[in-house]
Amino acid sequence: MDLGTIKERVRKSLTKEKFHRFLFGTKEKQGFLKELSVYALLIAIGFVYLYPVFYMFSTSFMNQADLLDASVKWIPSSLYIDNYIDAAKSMDFWVSLLKGFVIAGIPTILSVVTCMITGYGFASFEFRGKKIMMALLVFSYILPSQVTMIPTYVLYSNMRLTGTIWAFVLPALVANGLNAPIFILIFYQFFKQVPKVLIEAAQIDGAGYWKSFFRIAIPSAGPAILTVFLFCFVWYWNESYLTELYVKGIANSHSFWNNLVIQLKDFDSSFESRATTGGTMTSLNESVRMAATALTILPLLIMYFFMQRHFVESIDRTGITGE
Amino acid sequence: MNLLAIKKKNKKPKGKLGKLERKQELAGYSFVSIWIIGMLVFTLIPMCQSFYYMWFKIKARNGLQFTYVGTSNITQIWIEDPDFIQQIASYVWQTLLQVPIIVVFALIIAIMLNGKINFRGIFRLIFFLPVIIVSGPVMNMLVSEGAASIPALNTQAVVSAFDMFLPTAIAQQLGTLFGNMIMTLWYSGVQILIFLSALQKIDPGLYEAAKMDGGSDWECFWKITLPTIKPMILINAVYTVIFLSSNEQNQLINLIKTAMFSATAERGYGYASAMAWIYSILVTIIVLIFFALLGSKKDVYDRMVKKRKRLEIKEERIARRVERRSVRNARKIERQRQKGMFRTYDGSGDY
Repeated sequence: MDLGTIKERVRKSLTKEKFHRFLFGTKEKQGFLKELSVYALLIAIGFVYLYPVFYMFSTSFMNQADLLDASVKWIPSSLYIDNYIDAAKSMDFWVSLLKGFVIAGIPTILSVVTCMITGYGFASFEFRGKKIMMALLVFSYILPSQVTMIPTYVLYSNMRLTGTIWAFVLPALVANGLNAPIFILIFYQFFKQVPKVLIEAAQIDGAGYWKSFFRIAIPSAGPAILTVFLFCFVWYWNESYLTELYVKGIANSHSFWNNLVIQLKDFDSSFESRATTGGTMTSLNESVRMAATALTILPLLIMYFFMQRHFVESIDRTGITGE
Repeated sequence: MNLLAIKKKNKKPKGKLGKLERKQELAGYSFVSIWIIGMLVFTLIPMCQSFYYMWFKIKARNGLQFTYVGTSNITQIWIEDPDFIQQIASYVWQTLLQVPIIVVFALIIAIMLNGKINFRGIFRLIFFLPVIIVSGPVMNMLVSEGAASIPALNTQAVVSAFDMFLPTAIAQQLGTLFGNMIMTLWYSGVQILIFLSALQKIDPGLYEAAKMDGGSDWECFWKITLPTIKPMILINAVYTVIFLSSNEQNQLINLIKTAMFSATAERGYGYASAMAWIYSILVTIIVLIFFALLGSKKDVYDRMVKKRKRLEIKEERIARRVERRSVRNARKIERQRQKGMFRTYDGSGDY
């Protein structure tokens, strides 16, 4: 064997090893195969996730002919906006949107304030019965709202509050709004992490318990407040079961309070009745319904794209995963 | 005895508090008082009331008119309302099937996102999107228009395959599960984020040490990752159960609502209350099942500490008993000596 063949062999084995390393990786670096499979999986699952949204938007722009045409599957032949106009008319879009903001907004603000006070109380004071109260808090989260729903409804109808926004405001005012236990726990975790020294220093300088809460605890709680505010708003916005029961008032059909989600729930019947009286609208088909769904989702979708960083990082900040 | 005395001294006097502690306690109550009122008015009192309603037929005519009927509301549900029973069965099956799927799926996604990948932000954005837009009517719309299932995924084949070797009831549930697979996956947004942030808090030194000792990725997952995030698995499971139970896709809660406003004399508030109680007991049982399955047994160190404490308490009790007995015996001996009836054995042989 001469030197040339040996060199050749060495080079061959080296490249083979390199190739192997490239595919399967080493201890330090991920292999190409693994990376590829991870990306492929993520993209596939991501597509599955977005499929309903894609489907919704693509269908909502189709006109009657496109719907019937089997060759049109994803991309409509023309952007047919009349669906949106019809749906918006039927849903009373702008009015419902404004009402939706009120229905979700006012309870959210109250809920944030009261949950913050309660969370701070649990986090920074020792008092008798605290453990029992915390247990009650968790219990009230696990308890389905259907148990308390009927007597609460009776209470509201005795006070003539059904069909008004008070039915949402009152529980929020006493830290018992929608999903309030979660928010109280978030604030509890957050305030536990605020160094006690800060508050003690303020108290030495003569601040009372409430003053040190307002001057020191609240200004440092910015991230937690934002998190709770966003989640609370989204959950109130999307809550249709209790909104229909309390705020719209299930008994009266022509109620003042109607948000987009409720309008979507009654969309079929309201569209039909409007179509028969107006006469000019197209018949109810899936593009109109998808357009209505898209309109319902749209406000939150826009909010999500502007605030997505806060949403996604929120779970980290809440300290739910423990420190 | 010495040990006892020290312990007694160290124990805080119960009942009376110092001035500062008293002040702190008052401040704490003042902060929490809002919530206590709310808890009473909107949770505890209504709970008792609906428990009370359960045993009555209630007519809502010029105020509520109660007639006591005993357990007949409950028996009526079981006998005359096959729809409710059926929905309960399917709810239990669906929850027990969906929760593990959602949790495992969320864990897999979180682990993939936790690796070194580009565009992590975009993927997180996509996986969290459903949390924002999910609401009852929107879901109903999407499901009814067939956007919830992928046509390319032939669920019929899957179901018939399951039908071969599983009872029909379970196979059917699996079928509906596969039919709405996207919706099931859509419910896992929050869980993914919880897992992701838990994974990022694991000390990388642990993995390094394991790799030094020759551990593979697979072993690292089972021996390090899983034990560390075990509490999070429990949290996610409970969150999922609660979410599924209060979600409007769940037919049970709609049934309760319709029963509540039913115009017939047999239904109404009392009947709906009975339904709600059955339902909530069910939910609680499911939560407890997951607690029992996933509830973290404390780690070895904690267990040792607990054992040691238990031993200490036992020793203390023995010490106390010995003390008590010695006092009693001393008193006895004293008494007998005073009577002159007590003689000690002096070793002489006769006494």
